[in-house]
Amino acid sequence: MTLSKRIIPCLDVDNGRVVKGINFNKVRDAGDPVEFAKRYTKQGADELVFLDITASEQKREIIKNVVRNVASVINIPFTVGGGIKKIDDARGILLGGADKVSINTAAVKKPELITELMSIFGKQCIVVAIDTKKNYGAGGKHFFKSFNKKSNKIEKYWFEVLIYGGKEGTGIDAIEWSQKIEKLGAGEILLTSIDADGTQDGYEIKLIDVVCNKVRIPVIASGGCGKPIHMFQVFKETNVDAALAASIFHYERTTIDKVKKYLKRKKINVRI
Amino acid sequence: MSKPNIAIFDYGAGNLFSLKTSLEKNGADKIVILNDLKGIEKFDGLILPGVGNFDPAIKTIEKSKEILVDVVNKGFPVLGICLGMEMLFENSEEGKLNGLSIFNGNVKILPSHKVKIPHMGWNNLDIVKSGSKILEGIKDRSWVYFVHSYRIVPKKKDTDIVVANTNYGIDIPVVIEKNNLFGTQFHPEKSGTIGAKIMKNFIEACNKK
Repeated sequence: MTLSKRIIPCLDVDNGRVVKGINFNKVRDAGDPVEFAKRYTKQGADELVFLDITASEQKREIIKNVVRNVASVINIPFTVGGGIKKIDDARGILLGGADKVSINTAAVKKPELITELMSIFGKQCIVVAIDTKKNYGAGGKHFFKSFNKKSNKIEKYWFEVLIYGGKEGTGIDAIEWSQKIEKLGAGEILLTSIDADGTQDGYEIKLIDVVCNKVRIPVIASGGCGKPIHMFQVFKETNVDAALAASIFHYERTTIDKVKKYLKRKKINVRI
Repeated sequence: MSKPNIAIFDYGAGNLFSLKTSLEKNGADKIVILNDLKGIEKFDGLILPGVGNFDPAIKTIEKSKEILVDVVNKGFPVLGICLGMEMLFENSEEGKLNGLSIFNGNVKILPSHKVKIPHMGWNNLDIVKSGSKILEGIKDRSWVYFVHSYRIVPKKKDTDIVVANTNYGIDIPVVIEKNNLFGTQFHPEKSGTIGAKIMKNFIEACNKK
């Protein structure tokens, strides 16, 4: 036996409240983060991820209270991301009771931040989130091919790193970036496909597979999980360490314990 | 039965919030954070936590070494978590300084040619010795949460302290126990209900001090 595959529910938090999306539109105020954290822990979540999507800088202090309140009621690892730009932001979150911080845009803007955070808090605390989107143009380093039935053509694309919540391209190749952040001291990669996230049609297996083979740090697959079978596929077809999902658990279409029982029946090593 | 007062030793390296919360929830009364072990006997138990690096942590506890050895010999309950357990050995590949040498053995890096480092996530306990106090009521194959890059390698004289292993490329000792001195390579404060039971078992040992 070895490490179990981890199932990680992810919650978007805005102004200290959990925000749910329905048909990809944000709906305000879906609930108390503490209640969600308790419920998911009880269902057997292996870890929790909270993403602070609060836009205004002044209200960002609220997340520290959320972190403290959540950390007080759970006994599993807990990652917090969103808006972390400097050492002090990370310190506030970690001292509040989070086990890991996730950085994204700030890591692209200032890669040395990864190394600084690692040397102060330890590699195991530092998750670097990579948001990716297919780019059919030039500029990438690692190209993929797929057949487009409509145009009857083979298309070439690469995965570009996006920042500011997927709003801005960077021209950086996601696979190259994943190798670079490993060297800089990231402890884990949270790899999100924005295209897949929109379709809920399964994880971006091709990209996840390549990244898992290129780095030696744990990788969390994110984006695209609409059904339990998608988790099975990503664990079966890649070496990914964990699968993150939001909507399938929020909508209460299924629960974490049900998904885990299903995965266990399919011979995936999960903690039950 | 009165609730025990527990001290946590602080190497100055980080977040003790989860540990403190876990102790409170699992039956401790007062929790005090110390950076010197003078007067430790006023308390009912001590935790050496699992955040930090070997050399800086050893530096902070070195001055208290004699007190620690003395109370351990008298049966004072001590739980070392992760780094807190590694420090009980003679030395570590993570640092240059000597460890506390309460146990004979070394701390070595995990086999990097076989597995990803750090060992991060949930893994199973293989209980190799029955009658353990710290694992009382814990079933074989239970899941616990790890975050570490090093492993303990007890010398022959002290191999009998090992009560559970975990397989991560190789079998590594992950729970040790000798009288009232306990160590876990994993983090009980992050290990769900199994971890909570282990914390309760430690607090129970403190109660019987």
